[in-house]
Amino acid sequence: MHELSLAHGIVEQAAEAAVKAKAERVVSVQLKVGRLAGVEPGALLFCYDLVAKGTPLEGSRLEILDLPLVVWCAHCLKEVELPGVQSFRCPTCGTPCGEIRQGRELEIASLEIEP
Amino acid sequence: MSQTRIVEVRAGILKKNDELARALRARFEQAGVYVVNLVSSPGTGKTQFLERTLADLVAAGIRAAALVGDLETDNDAKRLARSGAPVRQINTHGRCHLEAEMIGDFVGDWDLSSLDFLFIENVGNLVCPASYDLGEALRVALLSVTEGEDKPLKYPTMFNSADVALITKMDLAEACEFDREAAHAAIHEVRPGMTILEVSSKRGTGMAAWMTLLQERRAAWQSHAKSVARP
Repeated sequence: MHELSLAHGIVEQAAEAAVKAKAERVVSVQLKVGRLAGVEPGALLFCYDLVAKGTPLEGSRLEILDLPLVVWCAHCLKEVELPGVQSFRCPTCGTPCGEIRQGRELEIASLEIEP
Repeated sequence: MSQTRIVEVRAGILKKNDELARALRARFEQAGVYVVNLVSSPGTGKTQFLERTLADLVAAGIRAAALVGDLETDNDAKRLARSGAPVRQINTHGRCHLEAEMIGDFVGDWDLSSLDFLFIENVGNLVCPASYDLGEALRVALLSVTEGEDKPLKYPTMFNSADVALITKMDLAEACEFDREAAHAAIHEVRPGMTILEVSSKRGTGMAAWMTLLQERRAAWQSHAKSVARP
């Protein structure tokens, strides 16, 4: 359960960006979360509301953008999306694929602000 | 009606930890100390394995030290200190993982250039420590034969983030009807091609291969560090 620390990180970074953009109010925060980021979305949403209280982010909505796992298949010579994280194999040809192209992300993509 | 606008941010949530880890990594490289982060669930035998590792290294005249993370108590540090290596205990007081900042605090006044290896025993947890870079050169995920062979499939994030997998308590393999093939297959399913070692800290089986791996990885790391240091 490190979602509480992560929520602190999100609020801190988002507040910084909001000040930079001279926002009066933050409506929502769009967060990219890769399947391999090790984050439990439900716990993160819960912690976010708690941590945002009393900060410029209070009342804002956290929107989690779920990014599937994408690996490079050395046999098909292309990036392939994996249906889960339990098997690092190309769904088309079955070749083991260790090279991750997407799935570890944990970053704020954007803020929706007023005005 | 109020008008809203979207601003792009692209800010990593673990930015602070990642930056501290990068600084630590540079410091470790400069000092020539090879740092190994040991991660596993509680009860895998990390402390016993580390105790044996430290004792074997000390006996071979190799300079090794350890940082050990636990929620509470300094029991593990006391155990590890029996090896003769310098050991420091980090108590996280409830936090489920170690962060780069804690490592920085605990190695702050340490003369790292007097060490060849520094081991970090992370908090026993197969989830959270995966996300926190500690500036280590090698991450080793431990799995004991008393756990399920499919544990890597249950905790793919951790096993995928590791460089080496180590199967511990091999002396109990038969009693536990440990399915070696299944365990190897599960590890490779989530991390194709990862090096797997099998050890018994109690009997010492597999320790020689582990010592060889440590020395080889450190040598490769040193020559790589030299080659990147000179543009």
